[in-house]
Amino acid sequence: MSATTITAHGASRMRRTRASTEHRRRSALWGSYVALAAFVVMFLAPPFYTLMTSLKSSEEISAQGASPWMVHQPTLDNFWYLITYPNFQTYYLNTLMITVAVVIISMTIAILSAFSLARMGFWGSQVLSTGVFLTYLVPASLLFLPLFQIIGLLGLINSVWCLAILYPTLAVPFATWIMIGYFSSIPKELDEAALIDGAGYLQMLWKIFIPVAMPGIIAATIFAFTVSWGSFLYPLAYLYTSDQMVLTVGIISDLIRGDVFQWGKIMAACVLASLPPVIIYAFLMDYYVAGLTAGATKG
Amino acid sequence: MPDATGAATRGMPPIARGARRAGTARRLAGRRSTIAFCLCLPLILLVAGFVIYPAFYAIWLSMLNKKMTAFVGLDNFAFLLKRNTFQLVIFQSCLFAVSAVIFKALLGFIMAHLMHNLSGRSQRIWRGLLLVPWVIPLPLSTLTWWWMFDPSYSAFNWLLNQFGIGSVPWLGVGWIARFCTIAVNVWFGAPFFLIMYLAALKSVPEQLYEAAAIDGANAIQKLIHITLPMMRNIIAITVLFSLIITFADFDIVRILTGGGPQDMTHVFATYAFQVGIQSGDIPLGAADSLFMFPILAVAAFFVLRGVTRRSKEIAA
Repeated sequence: MSATTITAHGASRMRRTRASTEHRRRSALWGSYVALAAFVVMFLAPPFYTLMTSLKSSEEISAQGASPWMVHQPTLDNFWYLITYPNFQTYYLNTLMITVAVVIISMTIAILSAFSLARMGFWGSQVLSTGVFLTYLVPASLLFLPLFQIIGLLGLINSVWCLAILYPTLAVPFATWIMIGYFSSIPKELDEAALIDGAGYLQMLWKIFIPVAMPGIIAATIFAFTVSWGSFLYPLAYLYTSDQMVLTVGIISDLIRGDVFQWGKIMAACVLASLPPVIIYAFLMDYYVAGLTAGATKG
Repeated sequence: MPDATGAATRGMPPIARGARRAGTARRLAGRRSTIAFCLCLPLILLVAGFVIYPAFYAIWLSMLNKKMTAFVGLDNFAFLLKRNTFQLVIFQSCLFAVSAVIFKALLGFIMAHLMHNLSGRSQRIWRGLLLVPWVIPLPLSTLTWWWMFDPSYSAFNWLLNQFGIGSVPWLGVGWIARFCTIAVNVWFGAPFFLIMYLAALKSVPEQLYEAAAIDGANAIQKLIHITLPMMRNIIAITVLFSLIITFADFDIVRILTGGGPQDMTHVFATYAFQVGIQSGDIPLGAADSLFMFPILAVAAFFVLRGVTRRSKEIAA
């Protein structure tokens, strides 16, 4: 065998193996797409069904026979009813108000303490950071009964503002945890330079840390927003009258009267109430995912 | 650090510089920790007032009688343990949490693997689609599930009927209702595992797979000998963390079944709500929710250990 035939032989074999790995990779990719599509159908069926039902009249909903998964005579009546329904407006406004308050309160507390814990430190600050993380693991369902007594003592039972105190307890620990991670990753040289230039600690926080750690702040803010927008247990336990209710509880208690389920309106309310989180996530998902997975990606 | 201080004090005579530096440093350190403590004060007050104090208050409450007038010791706990309903609650809570977490982790892992092959752009689109369940507030999506399980207009039953299978009483029969609550939890929680595992998969060095490929390892061998060991810590943290959240879940059971049929789907949280708020027996409800504590504490301990170990790995 001469050298040329060997090379020619080798080259053709290499080409063939490359073609076959290429082929295998292609079919693996298609396999992934098919499997993922199946998952997407599974995971998006409920939201799709919500949307379909919200567009139906009550006659169409109660008509048996035709596919419930499709809408035949779409109507916006349910949405129109809700938008002009004073109670629903109240729930929406209450939720919005509480969420803004909770986000502001939580982020102020979280940023200040994360800055202190990540950068300044004091006697016992290490214990405190661990404690903050443990606090995050204490679920609301463990504390809602003693809190019922405490909120009663504060005179805030059936006042929507009790949520502005209680939701931060759920949002602050994790927000602080995220912010500690982001603040710690800022190089120490930066704050030394600031101190030399005569900046105080608060100035340093405001002028350097907050702008640099903006992705972390966005992630933590989304977390606080999510907690405040979608929580169910506290408002269900502490709020009774419709003028004080928030969306999650209001929809259930208002649109379900005894055995009468106005499913079209309930589903339309779900669509309207899910809009703000869905919109926020659509635009800022990457920040949130990055904040959540910060521990998983490094290293 | 030495460079910076050196630059700041360069203009001064050497001796004065040393003495002054020590004094200022101490004063600065003192002031620094005072400011640091003040910055943490809101956090400390919030946690002390609305987490730690209620937690201890719960222990005290659980040892009172229904009217909260007399101290009864551990009677509430003993009463609960003897009750048949509460035994069901313990069983269902464990079944719900453990099986839901296993399925969430499995589904999340499979989806993360499928998505790991895709290119960046299409990966983002698929991820966005698959995260939708996790984005919609849980009480609202649970309402939709309730509507899909509706006895007379069930969307699932319609599909089953199309294939010639009879209707299923989804929320009407104990074990089927248990299955439904778990299914909804898996549907909601799997995307969280997906993003955690997807991020963790990205952090496994590609060279390891290349080396294994040269040694002739197949896909399953790569999974067992590279992916799983590399992701072990992240898997442990997410599973334990999710176990805590799922164990304490309230929304799904409360909305979907309210604990029925025959109290078979009650978990600790919903039972505590029914006893404490609806029946007005706050001490008994507090005792009920305190049963969660040992399991949560053990899980929390291991989560914390995993996180510390992980951050040490990152630092190293």
